[in-house]
Amino acid sequence: MVCNCTYEESTKYLEPLQEILKNYQTIEKNLVPILQDVQDEYGYLPRDILSEIATYLDLSLSQVFGVVTFYSQFHLKPRGENIIRVCTGTACHVRGGSEVLEQIQEELNIKNGQTTDDLSFTLETVACIGACGLAPVIMINDETYGRMTAEKVLDVLGEYIE
Amino acid sequence: MKEKIYRSHVLICTGTGCVSSGSKNIKHELQDELADNNLLDEIKIVETGCHGFCEKGPIMIVYPEGVFYCQLKKEDVQEIVQEHLLKGRIVDRLLFKEPLTEESIPSYKDIDFYKKQHRIALANCGKIDPESIEEYIANNGYEAAGKALTEMTPAEIIEEVKSSGLRGRGGGGFPTGLKWEFAYKQDSDKKYVICNADEGDPGAFMDRSILEGDPHKIIEGMIICGYAIGADEGYVYVRAEYPLAIKRLQKAISNAEELGLLGDNIFSSGFNFKLNIKKGAGAFVCGEETALMASIEGKRGMPNPRPPYPAEKGLWGKPTNINNVESYANIPHIIAKGAEKFSSIGTENSKGTKVFALTGKIKNTGLVEVPMGTTLREVVFDIGGGLTEGKKFKAIQTGGPSGGCIPSNYLDLPIDYDSLLEVGAMMGSGGMVVMDDSTCMVDVARFFLSFTQSESCGKCTPCREGTKRMLEILNRICQGEGEQGDILLLEEFGHHIKETALCGLGQSAPNPVLSTIKYFKKEYESHIYDKRCPAGVCSELSAAFVINKEECVGCGQCVKVCPVDAVIRDKEENYSIDDNLCISCGACAQKCPVDAIKQG
Repeated sequence: MVCNCTYEESTKYLEPLQEILKNYQTIEKNLVPILQDVQDEYGYLPRDILSEIATYLDLSLSQVFGVVTFYSQFHLKPRGENIIRVCTGTACHVRGGSEVLEQIQEELNIKNGQTTDDLSFTLETVACIGACGLAPVIMINDETYGRMTAEKVLDVLGEYIE
Repeated sequence: MKEKIYRSHVLICTGTGCVSSGSKNIKHELQDELADNNLLDEIKIVETGCHGFCEKGPIMIVYPEGVFYCQLKKEDVQEIVQEHLLKGRIVDRLLFKEPLTEESIPSYKDIDFYKKQHRIALANCGKIDPESIEEYIANNGYEAAGKALTEMTPAEIIEEVKSSGLRGRGGGGFPTGLKWEFAYKQDSDKKYVICNADEGDPGAFMDRSILEGDPHKIIEGMIICGYAIGADEGYVYVRAEYPLAIKRLQKAISNAEELGLLGDNIFSSGFNFKLNIKKGAGAFVCGEETALMASIEGKRGMPNPRPPYPAEKGLWGKPTNINNVESYANIPHIIAKGAEKFSSIGTENSKGTKVFALTGKIKNTGLVEVPMGTTLREVVFDIGGGLTEGKKFKAIQTGGPSGGCIPSNYLDLPIDYDSLLEVGAMMGSGGMVVMDDSTCMVDVARFFLSFTQSESCGKCTPCREGTKRMLEILNRICQGEGEQGDILLLEEFGHHIKETALCGLGQSAPNPVLSTIKYFKKEYESHIYDKRCPAGVCSELSAAFVINKEECVGCGQCVKVCPVDAVIRDKEENYSIDDNLCISCGACAQKCPVDAIKQG
C-alpha cells in the first residue's frame, strides 16, 4: 500500500472493488471489463486498485498498466464531475468544430485533456461521436449536443455551471 | 396472445441524431397530448431506430398515411394531434420541403433523399421498434435463420453466400462466402464468430444505426454464420462510445434467448449458439481484425502479422470468422430471398447495396443505402440535395482516414470497391464527406494523418515513425514553412509506409495525403511557394478579408462575430476590415447574409 490509511480505511476503500471482482472469473479476458467497471465506480483507476486487480487475475502489474495506458478510455488521474467531449471528426472539422473547442477552452480556462481545479469539468476531444449529421457535435456526459457554434456552446455549458 | 389494434401508428425516431435534436421531448409531449385527448387507445407511439435523415431531425412518421414530419419542436406536437390525428388534415408547414422547389412533400417515399435509395441492410431501420423482437419477427425476422438451420446444410449456405457476391462491408471488400469457407474447412473443437462493430472511422455511423435500429438482424446474421462454419459462440465487439447501441443489442440478445433463438438446440436443429457483447475501450486500431481479437482476449489491442489468418488461428488460437456489422445485416436477406435476387443489384464485381454516411458541406446529411454502381453525382446532388449555400463542389472524401479525396472530374464515377481503388480512394466503411471550395485540401490531409498518427499503436516502425515524420512536414507546410522537395518527400514516405506497415491502419494511412497530392498538387504548391492558402483555412497563410462596399447591406453581423474586433464602422455607416488586426478566421464571411466579404 502506498497510502498511509489504516487497515479499516483501506478495507472500506477496496470494498466496491471486491464487489466488482465477485462478478468475474479470474481469467485474463476479463481484465478490460473489470477496468471499465472499476473506473465507473471510482471515477479513475488508482494505482493501488490496479495492483489488487493484477493480483486477482494473476497478471503482473506492468501487464495491467500496459493495457490501461493503451486504451484511451482509461484514466490514471481523477477526472471532473462533468466530462466534455468535443468531436474533432471529419464532418465536425469541416463544419467548424475547432472553434467550438477553442471557445470551451477559453470559457473554462483549461486545455484539451485537462480538468478544472474544482474537478467540475474535464475537457477531451474525440475522433468521432457518430452523429455527423448534426456536426459540429459535443457530448457532455451522456448527452449529445448537435449543430454547435461558438455562441451556442456557451448556453450549453451554462446548464452545467453552478 | 391478441395484439391490440390501433387506428394509427406514430413513429418517432430515437436514434442518437434525433435524440440530441430533442426527439425524447417530442415523444413525451405527444404522450401527454394523446392522453389529454383520450387517444391513447387509438393511437400507438412507436420509438424507432434511425431513419438516416439526421439533418432533418427530430423526425416523425404517421402511419397508415406515411406522412413525414421533420425538424419538429415541442410546440408543434399539439397541432399535429389536433389537426392530423383528430381531424385527418396534414399539417403542411411541418412537412419536408424540396430544397430546390420549396414544394412540400407529404409522403416520405416521394422525398428525393429516400426515393433513390435501395434499402436492404437498413430495411427495418426506422420502421420497427428495435426493442421489440415481435416487430422484427412480424417483418419476416428469423425466417432466414429458420430456413438455414432446418432446410440447408452448412455447405449450401456457404455456396449461397458465395454466389451472392457479397463482399466485406468493413472496407477491404474480401468475398464473405470465401471467408466463411476457410473457417468452415478448419478442423477444430471450437470456433468463433465475431462481429466487428468497432466503427472508428471519423465520419461513418452506419454500424451504429443498424445496431440501434435493427439489432436482431445482426444476431440473425451471426446465427446463420455460426451454423455455416460450425461455431457455437460469438462476440460482438462494440465501441464504448455507442452506449445506446450496446443497450439495445443487450436487450435483443436476452429477448432472443427467451424465445430460444439463441442458446441450445435452436429451431430443434441440434445447433447451439451463444452470443456475447464485448465493449471496446477506445482504440481505433482495434477495428483491425487481429487487434480486435487481442482486445477481446484482454490484451493491448495490437495487430499481429497475417498469415495465419483468423480463419486458421483466430480468437484464443481457434478458427474464427470476423465480419463487419453491415455484412451480417445482408445475410438474412440473401438466405431468405436467394443469392440471385441479391446479385441482380450492383456492378459486375460488387454486388448488392452499400450504406454511406453522407456528411460535410451538403444539404441532406444522413445515412443512405444505394445500389453499388450508383454514381457520386447521384449521391451528392440527387440524394444529398447538392451543397449548402450554393457553394461549389470541390472534392468528396471516401473511406475515412484510409481513403482518399476524389475531385469533381470523377463525379460520374460509378461507386464500387474497384472503381474507388483505381482513383486512389477506397470504399472503407462508407464515410463520404463532401467538401466545397472553402476546404483546404492540405489541411484535410493533415487532419486525417494526425488522426491515424495519434491512433497508431506503435508496434511497427513504418507506421509509428513514418506517419509522425509525414505529419511534421504537413504541419510545416500549413504554417508557411514548407520547402522545395517536401511534396516529393511526402510521396516517398507514403509509398514506403504503404508497402511496409504491419496492418491495414498503417498501410492505408498515407492515402489521404497521396490522393490530395495527386489531384490537388497546386494547392500544396501555393502553400509551399506562394505562401498562400487558396481556401483561406491555414491562418498563417491567409490574406485578410475585405468587405465589398457595393454589396454590403450594413446589417452589422460581421462586427458581432469578429473575435478580434477588426471590423470597423465609420460615421457614414460604412463597414471595413482592418487588415492589421484580421486573423483571417473567416467568421465574418460565413456570417454575411449577402456574401459581400471575400478574402483579399
